[in-house]
Amino acid sequence: MTVSVVKVHIGTLSDFPMQLGKTVEAGTLELAVFQTSQQQFKAIENRCPHKGGVLAEGMVSGDYVFCPMHDWKIDLSSGNVQAPDDGCVKTYETLVEGNEVFVLLPS
Amino acid sequence: MKERLVLVGNGMAGIRSIENILKMDSERFEMTVFGSEPHPNYNRILLSKVLQGDTKVEDITLNDWNWYEAHDIQLFTNETIVKIDTENQTVTSDQGRIVPYDRLILATGSLPFILPIPGSDKKGVTGFRTLQDTEEMVSASHKYKKAAVIGGGLLGLEAARGLLNLGMEVNVIHLCPHLMERQLDPTAGQLLQKALEEQGMNFLLGKKTTEILGDTRVEGLSFSDGSTLETDLVVMAVGIKPSKMLAEISGLEVNKGIIVNDFMETSVPGIYAVGECVEHRGQTYGLVAPLYDQANVLAGHICDMNPAPYKGSVMSTQLKVSGVDVFSAGDFIENDEKKAIKIFDDQKSIYQKLVFQQNRLVGAVMFGETSDGPRLFSYIREGIDMSDREKVSVLTSNDPAQESTIESMSNDHIVCGCNGVSKGQIVEAIQKEGLTTLQEVKQCTSASRSCGGCKPVVEEILWHTLGDGANRTAQKETICACTTLSRDEVIHEIKEKGLQHVKEVMSVLDWETEEGCSKCRPALNYYLGMLQPLEYKDERSSRYVNERLHANIQKDGTYSVVPRMYGGVTNANDLRKIADVVDKYEIPLVKMTGGQRIDLLGVKKEDLPKVWEDLDMPSGYAYGKSLRTVKTCVGEQFCRFGTQDSMALGIALEKKFEGLATPHKVKLAVSACPRNCAESGIKDLGIVAIEGGFELYAGGNGGTHLRAGDLLMKVSTAEEVEQVAAAYLQYYRETANYLERTSAWVERLGLDHIQSVLLDDEKREALIQRMDIALSTYDEPWQELRESQKATKQLFQKATASVSIN
Repeated sequence: MTVSVVKVHIGTLSDFPMQLGKTVEAGTLELAVFQTSQQQFKAIENRCPHKGGVLAEGMVSGDYVFCPMHDWKIDLSSGNVQAPDDGCVKTYETLVEGNEVFVLLPS
Repeated sequence: MKERLVLVGNGMAGIRSIENILKMDSERFEMTVFGSEPHPNYNRILLSKVLQGDTKVEDITLNDWNWYEAHDIQLFTNETIVKIDTENQTVTSDQGRIVPYDRLILATGSLPFILPIPGSDKKGVTGFRTLQDTEEMVSASHKYKKAAVIGGGLLGLEAARGLLNLGMEVNVIHLCPHLMERQLDPTAGQLLQKALEEQGMNFLLGKKTTEILGDTRVEGLSFSDGSTLETDLVVMAVGIKPSKMLAEISGLEVNKGIIVNDFMETSVPGIYAVGECVEHRGQTYGLVAPLYDQANVLAGHICDMNPAPYKGSVMSTQLKVSGVDVFSAGDFIENDEKKAIKIFDDQKSIYQKLVFQQNRLVGAVMFGETSDGPRLFSYIREGIDMSDREKVSVLTSNDPAQESTIESMSNDHIVCGCNGVSKGQIVEAIQKEGLTTLQEVKQCTSASRSCGGCKPVVEEILWHTLGDGANRTAQKETICACTTLSRDEVIHEIKEKGLQHVKEVMSVLDWETEEGCSKCRPALNYYLGMLQPLEYKDERSSRYVNERLHANIQKDGTYSVVPRMYGGVTNANDLRKIADVVDKYEIPLVKMTGGQRIDLLGVKKEDLPKVWEDLDMPSGYAYGKSLRTVKTCVGEQFCRFGTQDSMALGIALEKKFEGLATPHKVKLAVSACPRNCAESGIKDLGIVAIEGGFELYAGGNGGTHLRAGDLLMKVSTAEEVEQVAAAYLQYYRETANYLERTSAWVERLGLDHIQSVLLDDEKREALIQRMDIALSTYDEPWQELRESQKATKQLFQKATASVSIN
């Protein structure tokens, strides 16, 4: 089975603050895009599975974001909520080409 | 085909049973749940917290909608089962839905007992069992003033406390001459009454209600002695009765409740009952721990795990009313066979009574000091033989029997009632996950994460499980789970090694996580800034969103903006600017805050820099771990009682300390006379002006930890107030744990100690000097942010995706 994706431009490197998130609107989707301290880009769905908190505003530590509403800890790579809480968010691939940042979205 | 399991009753006991069944055999059943209430399963025990206003409805949800979906459980809320056809094995709901079952669990709970007296069907008469009851009480408090609670038991008192919090006048009517007679003896009951009277509750004891008066809505009560009482709301909290009707009309054997055997089987094969609706060995239960015990046996039995039979539960109680510590367990009334040991300290209002039958502890009542409650309860529950000990020593916590108690505690014993965590689960987590601190246990298992009452037992289990390898004295409060170091140790290392960045602290001090967590990052950022005010550069990414964006995030992702109004004093020009901003940015809500400020709520994130620019006022820091507000009364400028210029002093204090970074938020107030219109008694630092001087109150709190401030000092001039305030706040900055309010800090350090530091000329001067340095670093954040294009773009603007060309 092939999954078709579209590559979508979301900004240049300097638009994204270091070790923080940014809300990205992509059609009907709302993503939280993070630049980790290792300068990697991570994109996840921008709603905490708990009470819909805006994850883009969470604190980023290593490969995790902490939801600003009730401090749920979410793995930016897998989208999994960490114990003792439970759940997951969708994740999306990212690409950096030169200074331009892209996400791959299901078409 | 899977077996069909139907649960009637979507509450704590039923869902607990389902959870246990899923753990034992997740594939075996196709499950359907019916609940009469519109909500998913919530923690009914915490309703009193919702009523008392310190907890939101969402926070007491135990299993949200997703949980049912994730486990493929068909859930019908707002739907009540009205009939069981035991022959054809189906249930019928009030919506006419018929669902077949192979196994049926009845967990219908209980109903409030409504006194059968004339008028009990009037509007304004409610029980206290459901979220709906709670909502009704809250809405009544908006319209009416006077509330009467019938029943001075656990539930009645929790309801009464909640109604007090809602601003109502509360009368508690009780048939017995003392409160909580099912859990307390007369001495403890009277101490409790006194404590609650001090909180503003009024009691009518030994009174029998005979009629509820009024037209369609309640207007009063009349009593058997002929007296009457005016009231606008009646809460019936005289007891609960098992909800057995469905079982009864369906031909199951019932008495007080639905009769079950030791495996929670009813008289009809394939039908089980669990929770408050059951009668087991003649006993019905209304507390959570027994329900969890039953749910465990039931699940084991249904899944063919051959569980040990349920033999009934010993009960313990803790009253969840802030400011009052009450504990009761087991059989607490002494008689010819049962002898009591009592400790009664009238001065401190501490009362403790242990009841022994021969050499075993069978009951306990405690008032004022209850921290040993859970430990004593385990002695009672396990029936420990205490013949080899001085009985009074049982009350001291270095009791040698402690370990053996943990050892003999059964694995399925529920240690944490709020979250339903058993001893076995805690032990397993400690062993499998290699946990070594209470904090880790808390995080991993949720035990003691809610009310904290079981913390001593959880700690004992931890030590017992770790065995000799564990060093008890090494148990300390670490900053968070990322480190084994305490706050003091970290600060010592930062000073000693000259550490300068959050990351450096983590790597030099061997943090267990790569980049810390949401607890330690802001804490380290604060400590570093406090220790090196001139050198340290604040790390934005280690700040909570509100402090990073200098606005308060709301649940929908919008923000609120509170401009600075020194001392709560404003003018036409500022009000006009605010009004214009509200119009221009279509701000949906404008509200006065408790700290005498104007709050603009619902501002879009991207509008924040523009709103600040148009306001052209300094940030009110309503989001910060910082000085929030200095509340003032009108004072001598206008008030006929005012003894000093409270507004001028308040404004001066606010201008001096604005933007100061503190371990937690700091609120000040200045009142110009002891009438205290600015509420100086519940502030981190409250000033009350008196003729010829000022009184300073420390460690007051009007929030979760309601506490009246302690008189710190009296001084004679406004300059001295400023100096003492500077020294006091600097000492707090230097010695408090991050996120420790002054109310907790004053209690931890002791008022005497703080006074002695502030009265020591040398120490006070040094503190004031260090405060001046800290204050010199303040930059108004709204201006700073809006002037930086980079910050505006990176932090406040959304990105919008566009499809790329290649």
